[in-house]
Amino acid sequence: MIAASNVLPDNAGYVAAAYLVFLALILIYVGIMAHRLTRLERDVVELNELADRPDEPAADPDAPREEIRA
Amino acid sequence: MHGSRLRTLSALTAVTLTAGYALAAFVAPMDADQGFMQKIFYLHVPMAIVALCGFVFGGICAVAHLRTGDSRWDLRAYVAIHQSLILGAGVLLTGSIWARASWGHWWVWDEPTLVSFLIIFLLYATYTPLRFSIEDREKQARYASVFAITAGAFVPLNFMAVRAATSLVHPRTFDSADNLPGAMRSAFLVCLLGMALLYVTLWKYEMASKHTTAQLRALKRKLTADTDPHAPRSRRSAAPELQVR
Amino acid sequence: MSRAVGALLRKELRLELRTPQVIPAMALFSITTLVVFHFALQANAVDGPLAAGVLTVTLLFSAILGVNRLFVADQEEDGFDGFLLAPVDRTAMLVAKALSLGTFLVVLEVIAVPAFALALLEPALDGEVLAKTALTLALADVGIAVVGTLVGALAVQTRARDLIVPLIALPLLLPVVIGTAKLLAPAFAAGGAGALPGRWLAIVGLYDLVFGLLAYAVFDFLLED
Repeated sequence: MIAASNVLPDNAGYVAAAYLVFLALILIYVGIMAHRLTRLERDVVELNELADRPDEPAADPDAPREEIRA
Repeated sequence: MHGSRLRTLSALTAVTLTAGYALAAFVAPMDADQGFMQKIFYLHVPMAIVALCGFVFGGICAVAHLRTGDSRWDLRAYVAIHQSLILGAGVLLTGSIWARASWGHWWVWDEPTLVSFLIIFLLYATYTPLRFSIEDREKQARYASVFAITAGAFVPLNFMAVRAATSLVHPRTFDSADNLPGAMRSAFLVCLLGMALLYVTLWKYEMASKHTTAQLRALKRKLTADTDPHAPRSRRSAAPELQVR
Repeated sequence: MSRAVGALLRKELRLELRTPQVIPAMALFSITTLVVFHFALQANAVDGPLAAGVLTVTLLFSAILGVNRLFVADQEEDGFDGFLLAPVDRTAMLVAKALSLGTFLVVLEVIAVPAFALALLEPALDGEVLAKTALTLALADVGIAVVGTLVGALAVQTRARDLIVPLIALPLLLPVVIGTAKLLAPAFAAGGAGALPGRWLAIVGLYDLVFGLLAYAVFDFLLED
C-alpha cells in the first residue's frame, strides 16, 4: 500500500487521461445529438409554418412548389 | 414508440455508472502490481466487452434483416455497429494510454486483446464506406447485412487466432473477472453493467432519433403533397431510411 | 449442383485460358513484389519468420488482385442475369468461383514459390520444406478463396469496388496471415525445417471451415435481384 501510494502521483495523469477520453466521447456524442436536434427543430418550425398557411396549397397537389415555400 | 422508457433507462444508467465508478475509485483495493493505474481497467475492459457484444448484436440484427427483409432490422444493425465503433475508438485510446502507463509504450504488439481489437475495429471501419458506395437502398441494406454477419462471426475467431499467436509474455491477470479479488470483481461487474446500460440507452436514443426523423419526413411529404417517397434529399447519408407513410 | 458447378468452373477456366488476364497479372505482381522486398529489406537472402512474412504478404497481395477481377466480367457482361435465369442453385456460383480462385492461387504459387526460393530464400527448397509449404499454402488457399469470393461478390456491386476489396479482405484474412506466417516460419528456418505447429494447422483449418459455412449461408443474398 505504501509502495502504491508512492507511485500514485506518477501515473495518476494517465488514469485521468483515460477517463477524460471517455468523457470527451460522451460529450462529442451529446454535441452531435444537439446538432441533430437543431436540424429537427428547424424542420418542425418549417412544418408548423406550412401547416399555418391557408390550406389551398396543401390541398392542391398541382400547385407549383415555389408558391408553397414562399 | 422508442422514446418511452428512455427516461427510466437513462436514470438507471446514470445511477449504475456512478455507483460502479464510485466503487472502483473508493472501495476496490489498490492493485499490488500496478497501483492506481489499474483503475483504467474499470473503464477500458467494460467498454471493450460492450463494444464487441455490440458488434455481435449488429450481426444478429443483420441475420434478422436477411430473414425477414424488414428494413427496421437493418437500422438496428446500423445503429448497433455505429455505437460500437464509437466505443471502439474509446477502447483503443484508453488501451493505448494504459499500455503507455504500464509498459512505457503507446502501443504493444504482444498484447493480444488490444491487437485483435484493432483488427476488428479496422474491419468495421469499412462498414460505412461500404454502405456509401452502394446507391440502391435495398441492395445497400442487403449487402451491409451480409457484411455485418461475416464480421460478427469474425469477432470471436479473430480473438482466438490473435491470442494463440501471442505467447503470453505478460501475465494475464486482468483479462477476466474470474481471478479478481472480491471487491475489485464486484466493482468491475457493476461498471460492466453500467457500460452495457449506457450502450443500450444510447442505442435506444439513436433509434428514437432516427424514427422521429423518419416521421417528420413523412409529415413533411404529406404537408407539401409530395407523393414521391424517394425524392432526392439535400444530404446524402449511408444510414438506412425508414419509410413511414 | 455438381453439374452446374462444373459448367461454371469450366467457363471460368476457359475464359482465363483463352485470354490469360488474371493469372499473368498475379504472377507478375508477385515477382515484382519480391523485387520490391529485396530492395526494401536490403536483403539478398531471408530465412525463418522474415521469409515466411515475405512469402505470405506477396501471395496475399497477389490474391487481392485476383479477387478484384473475380466478378468483374460477370458484372460488366451481365453474366449475373444469365446465371440467375438458369434453374440452378445459386450456391453453385459460390463454389465455382471459389474453386476457380483457388485454382488461380495454386497456379500463382507454382510460379511464385520457386521464384521466391531462387531469389530470396536462404535455406534450399528441398522435399521436406516443399511439402510443408504446400500443406500450409493449401490450407491458406481455401480460406483466401472462400473469403475472397465473398468479398469480391460484395464489392463488385459497389461504386468503389477496387477500394472496398482490400479494405474488407485484408482485416478479414488476418487470421489466415497470422497462421500462414506462423506455419511457414519453422519450415523456412535456417538450421533445417522444424515441425509444423499443430495448433496453427487447427486454427487455419477452423477458419476455413467457419468461413466456408458462413459464405454458404449468406452468399445467396449477394446475388438476389
